[in-house]
Amino acid sequence: MKKLINDPQAVVAESVEGFGAAHADLVEVHPDPLFITRRDAPVQGKVGLVSGGGSGHEPLHAGFVGRGMLDAAVPGAVFTSPTPDQIIPATLAVNSGAGVLHIVKNYTGDVLNFETAAEMAQAEGVEVRSVLINDDVAVEDSLYTAGRRGVGGTVLVERIAGAAAERGDSLDGVSGIAQRVNDNVRSMGVALSACTVPHAGVPSFDLTEEEIEIGIGIHGEPGRHKIAMENADGITDRLLEPILADLKATDGDRVLLFVNGMGGTPASELYIVYRRARQVLAERGISVERSLVGNYITALEMQGASISVLKLDDEMVELWDTPVWTPALRWGV
Amino acid sequence: MALTAQWAEAWIRECSQVLTEHRTALIELDRAIGDADHGENMQRGFAAVVAKLDAGGQETPGAVFKLTAMTLMSTVGGAAGPLYGTAFLRAATALGDAAEIDPAAVVGFLTAARDGVVARGKAEPGDKTMIDAWTPAVEAADTAQSAGASAVEVLEAAANAAQAGALATEPLIARKGRASYLGERSAGHRDPGAQSSALILQAAADTAGRQQ
Repeated sequence: MKKLINDPQAVVAESVEGFGAAHADLVEVHPDPLFITRRDAPVQGKVGLVSGGGSGHEPLHAGFVGRGMLDAAVPGAVFTSPTPDQIIPATLAVNSGAGVLHIVKNYTGDVLNFETAAEMAQAEGVEVRSVLINDDVAVEDSLYTAGRRGVGGTVLVERIAGAAAERGDSLDGVSGIAQRVNDNVRSMGVALSACTVPHAGVPSFDLTEEEIEIGIGIHGEPGRHKIAMENADGITDRLLEPILADLKATDGDRVLLFVNGMGGTPASELYIVYRRARQVLAERGISVERSLVGNYITALEMQGASISVLKLDDEMVELWDTPVWTPALRWGV
Repeated sequence: MALTAQWAEAWIRECSQVLTEHRTALIELDRAIGDADHGENMQRGFAAVVAKLDAGGQETPGAVFKLTAMTLMSTVGGAAGPLYGTAFLRAATALGDAAEIDPAAVVGFLTAARDGVVARGKAEPGDKTMIDAWTPAVEAADTAQSAGASAVEVLEAAANAAQAGALATEPLIARKGRASYLGERSAGHRDPGAQSSALILQAAADTAGRQQ
């Protein structure tokens, strides 16, 4: 294992320390218990948005703390949920009295820790709502599993709900739009190589030079199935097909197309995937009105990509376009 | 002899020791159907509780369990932290300020703990989770207490049933937690959470037995 680290146990703490120093104009790092808030939190009269999860998905979530997106991010150990003793003070720190929305990716550990924290924060007098992100169509049989996982759609929910909160919407309003974005987004990913968790030291699954894993999550867990390596257009078609089928996307729909890198794939390749996805959508009469391409929700150094498609309405487009100023996403300012 | 705060503290210390001894075994169980961190997380969590117990100040079994709950929630992480944290928190609530635990109160706190895990994790018996150890344990404890067993005997009945329940998870297909994504590939492996639950309940019976 070759990694730019000092001590596998200190990866999260040292990385967040550097992050806080680099973006001191936007964020404040609270080291113990560890969480990150907007520098100007709590913003008076505004609903607070808190998200979090295991580390290793950077820039998610801390990279999205700032104006027009999250008020706080709570990082756990690599690929391990944060604990309630971090989530509770993060929730209290961003509560201005207008309530707090937890944006939670649907993994058992994240769900249980955020639920416990929400209960305890409520006992301290904060109104807390939660929205569960579960956009991963690779999990086929939701009835007999812990359900679909939260992946690329999380970034879109954080941006659009963040814009609604910045606009001054109530807790009900912000929760409602977060839920609406989740209900209208679907994603699927592929791995060309596995990733190595620093304290584990070995790759999280085995892939030969000739194989790829279709339908991966973001924690290096295996996906739907292994297949032989194909070209970019072939892989793109395999990812897009189940998304469009599940979303029932048809002629005349307006969408946001998000091509996300898993950490180890160059931007040039992400644009090759984007190009093909755009062709397929055009053939079906689906209009791509907004786009996002880059490494936004990653799995350490994994080679691979995910595609997310969000069915848009006028309000979502309007909110997407409002100013956002965070370490990892910035426009309109 | 009824069980006291001294027993509660001895139990938690024993948990730390037993989970340290079984750390690798739990990691191996978790590697097969999860993410290979259960032994590590449980060892870290109970070691943190022991460090807090060393500071002293817990005068009732309920206070020991509450400290255990809050510490596990903040140090274990993953799903196990909130699940075990909730179990001990509900057990503490069930016991209140009582200084001594009689056989009926043993059944009472075990039942409350199990109900807490169910409420938090929403698993049912047969889903291949901790519940598959806790549910038979609670039933066996209840049966033993109704038949007039002592507190130690009630805990022994619970521990034996929990271990049998953990073994019985091996053929099951997981329907909750990370193992559920493996579907049929989860069959043939023991659930790590059911096994750690059985170890914890065995530690309860062992420490109670030694105090007789």
